[in-house]
Amino acid sequence: MRLVTHNMLQCHVKGCNSNNFPLQLSDVEIEIQETDFNPKFLRNMLSKLEWNALVKTALEINITTLPNVLPNDLDEEFLKMLHRVLLETHIKQGQMICPNCNHTYPIKDGIPNMLLSETET
Amino acid sequence: MIPTPNLDHLSPGDYELVYEPAEDTFLLLDALEKDAEFLRNEIKPCICLEIGSGTGCVSTFLGKILGDGTALLICTDINPYASAITNKTGYHNSIQLDSITTNLVNGLLPRLYHSIDILCFNPPYVVTTSDDLYLSKSIIEKAWAGGIDGREIIDKMLPLVDKLLSDKGVFYLLLINENKPNEVCEIMKNNYHLQSEVLLSRLAGREKQLILKFWRNTR
Ligand SMILES: C[S@@+](CC[C@H](N)C(=O)[O-])C[C@H]1O[C@@H](n2cnc3c(N)ncnc32)[C@H](O)[C@@H]1O
Ligand SMILES: [Zn+2]
Repeated sequence: MRLVTHNMLQCHVKGCNSNNFPLQLSDVEIEIQETDFNPKFLRNMLSKLEWNALVKTALEINITTLPNVLPNDLDEEFLKMLHRVLLETHIKQGQMICPNCNHTYPIKDGIPNMLLSETET
Repeated sequence: MIPTPNLDHLSPGDYELVYEPAEDTFLLLDALEKDAEFLRNEIKPCICLEIGSGTGCVSTFLGKILGDGTALLICTDINPYASAITNKTGYHNSIQLDSITTNLVNGLLPRLYHSIDILCFNPPYVVTTSDDLYLSKSIIEKAWAGGIDGREIIDKMLPLVDKLLSDKGVFYLLLINENKPNEVCEIMKNNYHLQSEVLLSRLAGREKQLILKFWRNTR
């Protein structure tokens, strides 16, 4: 799971409707997989991102390169750094914990599992 | 011509765990190919979502149409094996896919409210009893069993389409005649003001398969 995908996921346990995003990463195993740099895509993607959530999540896995506030001037250096964090950083194993209800969603072999049992939905 | 994704990395054993691409899959590929110019030049998507990705064949093909890394290609499936195989198929065809194991789009809404530019679904559409759908333990049966009129999963999906589609978004849905496609179009029009057309149709044995395309009035 790449951090861009993590930025799209929220808890959906029945009744858990607030403070349920971003899911907190825990016990994670990380792998960097390089991919082509596409500044145009990154610029488009920025408008779809929850920036604060991304910064918070990155810090949980000791990535300290993201500024707290998105800069006005998105130069190439910034976009390359963002590319690395958002698109090349893969969570291979671990867990995502809901900050509100503490429900834990597993990440196995790079795939987040958002399935809930019948009673939780 | 965009080549059909290479599935050589899959063995017969994999097809006991995941839906093997068939005529329905290929009809959806043909529909996307027919719309390739439109998708590349008019939609210019940022986020695409496929529900029930199975082997990942459809999203890989979409990635080939758009170019790897030009859009985020999110793939969901309720079957964890399908999620794993989807990522593998992307990888073997040099297309980055982002799999999530979930029921329909659980966990993605409301976060992705009105954010999806291209939405695809080749659903479980075969007419069965409700019991076949809900009591079956077989992961493969769940890939095609659609319950009454083959519509039980489809009908759960329909209200989500309006929540997911961006203003310029398009939705491609495979149905068969038994699913009452006209009724589906009516529901989408009356409840959500979504326009539709039959983009392609084909006979596969005795099954009349078609691809419906939906979009917002505002386009
Ligand atoms: C007809 S197969 C299509 C597979 C693939 N997209 C293709 O065209 O070859 C339907 C897929 O939907 C998945 N599926 C069934 N019910 C689902 C649900 N509630 N949520 C997500 N995926 C589901 C099945 O596991 C299966 O992979
Ligand atoms: Zn929660």
